[in-house]
Amino acid sequence: MSGQGVGKSVPRKEDDRYLRGRGQFVADIKLPGMKEVAFLRSPLAHARIGDIHIPGKWRDAVFTAADLAGVKPIRAVSSLPGFKPSEQPCLARNKVRQVGEAIAACVADTRAEAEDIAAEIEVDFEELPAVVDMIAARAPDAPLVHEEWGDNVFLESLVDGDVESVKDKAAIRVTRELRTARQCMMPIEGRGVVAAWDPRLDQLIVHSAAQMPHVTRTGLCECLGLDHGQVRVVAPDVGGGFGYKGVLLPEEVCLSWLTMRLGHPLRWIEDRREHLTAGANCREHHYLITAYAEADGRLLAIDAEATVDSGAYSIYPFSACLEAAQIGSILPGPYDLPVYRCRTWSVASNKSPIMPYRGVARTGVCFAMELIIDAIAREAGLEPHEVRLKNLVPPEAMPFDNITGKHFDSGDYPESLRRAVAEIDLPAVRARQQRGEADGRLIGLGLAIYCEQAAHGTSVYAGWGIPMVPGHEQAALRITPDGGLEVRVGVHSHGQGLETTLAQVVNEILGIAIDKVKVVHGDTQLTPYSTGTWGSRCMVMAGGAVATGCRALAGRIMKIGAGLLQVPVAEVALEDGRVRGAAGSVGIDEVAQVWYLRPQDLPDDVDPAGLEITAGYKPERDSGTFSYASHAVVVAVDAELGAVEILDYVVIEDGGKLVNPMIVDGQIQGGAAQGIGTALYEEMPFDAAGQPLASTLADYLIPGATEVPSLRIGHMETLSPYTEFGVKGIGEGGAIAPPAAIANAVNDALRPLGAEVTETPITPRRLLAAIAKAQRDGAQRDGAQRDGAQGGGS
Amino acid sequence: MKPARFDYARPASLGEAVALLGTRGTVVKCLAGGQSLGPMLNLRLVQPDLLVDITRIPELTRVEEDGDGVLLGACTTHAAIEDGRVPDVTGGVLPAVAQGIAYRAVRSRGTIGGSLAHADPAADWITCLTALGAEIVVHGPSGRRELAVAEFMRGGFETALEADEILEAVRVPRLGAGARWGYYKVNRKPGEFAHAIGAVLHDPERGVCRAVAGATESRPIVIEDASRLVARSDRAAVVELLREGGLGADAYSLQIHAVALERAIRTLS
Ligand SMILES: Cc1cc2nc3c(=O)[nH]c(=O)nc-3n(C[C@H](O)[C@H](O)[C@H](O)COP(=O)(O)OP(=O)(O)OC[C@H]3O[C@@H](n4cnc5c(N)ncnc54)[C@H](O)[C@@H]3O)c2cc1C
Repeated sequence: MSGQGVGKSVPRKEDDRYLRGRGQFVADIKLPGMKEVAFLRSPLAHARIGDIHIPGKWRDAVFTAADLAGVKPIRAVSSLPGFKPSEQPCLARNKVRQVGEAIAACVADTRAEAEDIAAEIEVDFEELPAVVDMIAARAPDAPLVHEEWGDNVFLESLVDGDVESVKDKAAIRVTRELRTARQCMMPIEGRGVVAAWDPRLDQLIVHSAAQMPHVTRTGLCECLGLDHGQVRVVAPDVGGGFGYKGVLLPEEVCLSWLTMRLGHPLRWIEDRREHLTAGANCREHHYLITAYAEADGRLLAIDAEATVDSGAYSIYPFSACLEAAQIGSILPGPYDLPVYRCRTWSVASNKSPIMPYRGVARTGVCFAMELIIDAIAREAGLEPHEVRLKNLVPPEAMPFDNITGKHFDSGDYPESLRRAVAEIDLPAVRARQQRGEADGRLIGLGLAIYCEQAAHGTSVYAGWGIPMVPGHEQAALRITPDGGLEVRVGVHSHGQGLETTLAQVVNEILGIAIDKVKVVHGDTQLTPYSTGTWGSRCMVMAGGAVATGCRALAGRIMKIGAGLLQVPVAEVALEDGRVRGAAGSVGIDEVAQVWYLRPQDLPDDVDPAGLEITAGYKPERDSGTFSYASHAVVVAVDAELGAVEILDYVVIEDGGKLVNPMIVDGQIQGGAAQGIGTALYEEMPFDAAGQPLASTLADYLIPGATEVPSLRIGHMETLSPYTEFGVKGIGEGGAIAPPAAIANAVNDALRPLGAEVTETPITPRRLLAAIAKAQRDGAQRDGAQRDGAQGGGS
Repeated sequence: MKPARFDYARPASLGEAVALLGTRGTVVKCLAGGQSLGPMLNLRLVQPDLLVDITRIPELTRVEEDGDGVLLGACTTHAAIEDGRVPDVTGGVLPAVAQGIAYRAVRSRGTIGGSLAHADPAADWITCLTALGAEIVVHGPSGRRELAVAEFMRGGFETALEADEILEAVRVPRLGAGARWGYYKVNRKPGEFAHAIGAVLHDPERGVCRAVAGATESRPIVIEDASRLVARSDRAAVVELLREGGLGADAYSLQIHAVALERAIRTLS
């Protein structure tokens, strides 16, 4: 049994069913009498809806907003001052505000037939000018997404600072305009819903590919006017979430309402085209950022304007402003920054709502900050890591409250960077650059470092005042009569390996073998309320709750065990799943048998609460754990074709205590694959009318096995002082740094050409455009110099 | 997305298939490997009344080699060419190009005839076979006709095929002893369609020195006599030829096509 506890790389329990193809996903669920729904979606980005013509024979198979009596729109409000809420209708009413917005639900025996019906419906549209670019959207004469607002801004916010005070003493001043493209999240499984009404239980049962099933239930209850007791949300096996599956979708509300109206089960399985064009959008940031620094690279101030294209609606429960509000508070990154000013805008546009994607806001922030640090390094004539080392929060300052009040719990940021630089072998790369390549490609080295606030709780989210504020996390634990343990948690595991890691926590404390620990999740009926899986919070929060519960159970087990051994409880210990006294021991299985099946043998003063408990947990401080990592990458740039190849990739990561290092490595590798997608491939382009231009995976490129290198991962384990075992949230980190590190590497490679990329993804077209621009600028400069020289000579 | 309703037939002979294609008043489409047609059906970009599955027609899977070259039935798969299950008369061009098409799963089903009939400008065979000077055998109600690949493709997704004609086979000429070839495809990852292709064949014995720039918006650009470029690398000359071929509108596209062609030529030496 030893060798399965916290810190052990045990194989994942859940992989057996996944690898054998025995997982049960929403699309695998078949209910008697179930019919299929296809949505008629808007072909236009912005239009007024006139008449909807439904052929007479389909009158009973097609439902529009006019039918949805009593269904409230989805509202996700933030309490931040000035926030303008939007109402996201479950089926479009009066107006469509994005391509793909659902207008009618069509019901048939098969999806193909439902799509046939959708194809026969005609909608009269009056097309309106579309808001497509977030910067143009802020112009006073821009068309309005929500006319009643008077502008297109969900929220404007300011973190103020006295930048003027440093302007004069700054030897270095660099400004960059930076953009990260709009992306799609692209889990292997898209969204999907199977909804049914159970008349016996008087309950709506919604199977949904969801990562926050309890929040989904709360949202459904609000929209449908049902009691929580009347709604059960089941999230079965889920094929990746990345944030998309935390969002309450109009389709979920629609199917729930429809199944109650029609009396038979219904299902909707999102297809990849819907995924790409109607939902799952994320990441679109724009930065105008200026850094002020001393001649030696020491930062004096950052002054930034950040805009997020939040799309058409404020999504539930995260709202339309979480991304931009977070930018304001986390842009300074792991640096000790004396002065900071940042203004942010969450802008509405005629595109899909922006949704939180693995690394929420942090990926863009890291891109902006790390590119500006490299710009300072070039200006100062220093190696990029030297500038970073001058500005990173040093280990002796930990715990550290940064300029925006973020409380860094622990860590040695400079050491992770030094190790990454050593591991990538900076001198060897510089020597290689000097030598040049036989094939003419340019070599570049790039660095990025970030720290990631994770598992942040009440105090942080209460300030944003969105519909979901996390509190204590709970776990329900029950020793079974044969000495196994059921763990019921409200978070959801869809690739993170929680069925294994939570069992490892149990094993660590109670010594029960992990295959006798059953982790139950994804069912609101069976698990304690939880905000679910997001914000890299599960290991800290659910792990903490499981540990707390196990400790409480251990006391009760020892009490019964001591009684059976006939010694005082003070003289026993729980080791390897057995209660041991001086003269003998009993196993947890025997203790369980006595409690459940032979209570006559229990000691008189036994705790009547027995072997079942719901335990709650919050870390000592709920301001979040701060894991961090340094990424170092070497690329080869083909300056003729604009192609970028990753030659070497090093990650030195500190996630506090690692419960299962193998799983952590998997999370980093998987996250980095997505980060590489952000850096080089993934983009949802739109035309001027707001049409999404990538409607299949032939147009929307995601990196595959041949594009993602094996990372070289090294760990540091600086414990968090505030959490169980000192763990920190690490789930998102891998996706944060790659765009910054790769862009810095590309820019390092392009240095001899005087070119710089400032946008993701770094496509061949963008890269060649940057080179062409540098050539034009260079020619102009030369021309000016020549003119100047001539002028001087005459 | 799911396809609209269609009927399905799997004739056993070419005559039967041609007759089905000629059915009046209906939209009929051949189904070969389905690797291009399948997605188009699902996206409802095509909504045929009838699909004629041509993969069981013996004439379309036959392979005949003689002194002049090889005749590959239209339903020869990319994988069969890649694996050398059909004779190669090109000193390795065909297997090498086949191997670079998509992923193995797509190659196992996708066919050379389907690729040509689909006439996606970014596809590999159209450019490769143009460079090789291959010919296409077309079968219709009034019998057979043959035409050069370069004439077969009329534009992006447009061919010389009539609605009731089937692409029966491809005739690939045998290269001379001293022939050399170069093929360079620009794409960002395997399975992505090409952004530019450069193909060049230098076959002194047969007096051929042809360069082709593929993955344009339309038909490949053919430089019948590329001997000057082969003799001495000259970017400006390549760019000029591509401009003449109609590639001038987009500087990026012009650049990568020029580089692809140059690199294809460079692999000759
Ligand atoms: C993910 C993916 C990646 C790909 N990457 C590449 C690539 O890198 N390079 C590349 O070249 N291709 C690529 N392809 C396309 C692939 O090569 C297809 O196999 C090919 O384009 C079509 O061949 P098919 O046999 O599947 O034809 P189908 O899809 O069955 O048919 C295509 C069209 O041709 C017609 N047709 C088919 N056969 C005949 C015939 N004998 N006579 C008349 N009409 C006919 C059909 O009616 C249809 O209109 C890719 C495809 C996919 C799905």
